[in-house]
Amino acid sequence: MAFRAAVITFPGSNCDRDMAVAIEKVSGIAPIRVWHGDAHLPEDLDFIALPGGFSYGDYLRSGAMAANSPIMRSVKRRAERGVPVLGVCNGFQVLTEAGLLPGALMRNASQNFICRTVALSVENNQSLFTAGYDSGQTIDIPVAHHDGNYFADDNTLDRLEGDGRVAFRYVENCNGSRRDIAGVLNAAGNVLGMMPHPERAVDPAHGGTDGLALFENAIKALAEA
Amino acid sequence: MKIRVHVSLKPGVLDPQGRAVHHALEGLGFSGVEDVRVGRLIELDVADDTGDAALDEMCEKLLANTVIENYRIEKVG
Repeated sequence: MAFRAAVITFPGSNCDRDMAVAIEKVSGIAPIRVWHGDAHLPEDLDFIALPGGFSYGDYLRSGAMAANSPIMRSVKRRAERGVPVLGVCNGFQVLTEAGLLPGALMRNASQNFICRTVALSVENNQSLFTAGYDSGQTIDIPVAHHDGNYFADDNTLDRLEGDGRVAFRYVENCNGSRRDIAGVLNAAGNVLGMMPHPERAVDPAHGGTDGLALFENAIKALAEA
Repeated sequence: MKIRVHVSLKPGVLDPQGRAVHHALEGLGFSGVEDVRVGRLIELDVADDTGDAALDEMCEKLLANTVIENYRIEKVG
């Protein structure tokens, strides 16, 4: 059966097209574009992506409004059924606000918006999203965020680290994130949230292609399943 | 019924905004400011029969992120 992915667009999302292009580049199939107010997701989805941006103008808290939008109820149900969900940047903020991932993303410690390419180390290469990398490999991925400062309490951080749920760390902490965390997985391993933008590193014209392996591995694994 | 919900960062959670405001106050020449924490005030006008449980639920589900924030509900009248 053909690979079916969906990219959710909220008012204020601005990386939804980049995400769709990255998914299509790797899978050969254009993802279905879903609007935040849609009550239901298309059936038989293999992959759901929550893109970056400033959903609802970051009102209240980044991701807070989107996390409570109608479509997120469907996203939660699919995630609980094991459908892979990738949240990037604002998508990561939405996933934490929706309770699909632990922790919260706060204002960068420097107070500055950070927009540059940073080095990440791959902490866990056993997940669907990260198996295309070597453990400990350093990859260069762009970040562009104001609220990327990952916070969780010590017990939660210990649990995440103990269970191998830290997918990526910043080689040099750029935003104050506790324990340099750049991306985390849910307990089942089918939901990944990360602040850096792998979809902005999938073409030599982007200046790098280190994000490609994330999409390739996830989509190849799903296409073979 | 008028309600004020005071949302503040939990103790121990780093507050970069508060730190920047603190720094700015010092820059203006105000001395003796020990610490600054920036929070949020949300004013609600709700039906008079709205119960405490519903108000708590509003805070837990949306108005505050209890991973990093505490909230306090004040009934103004």
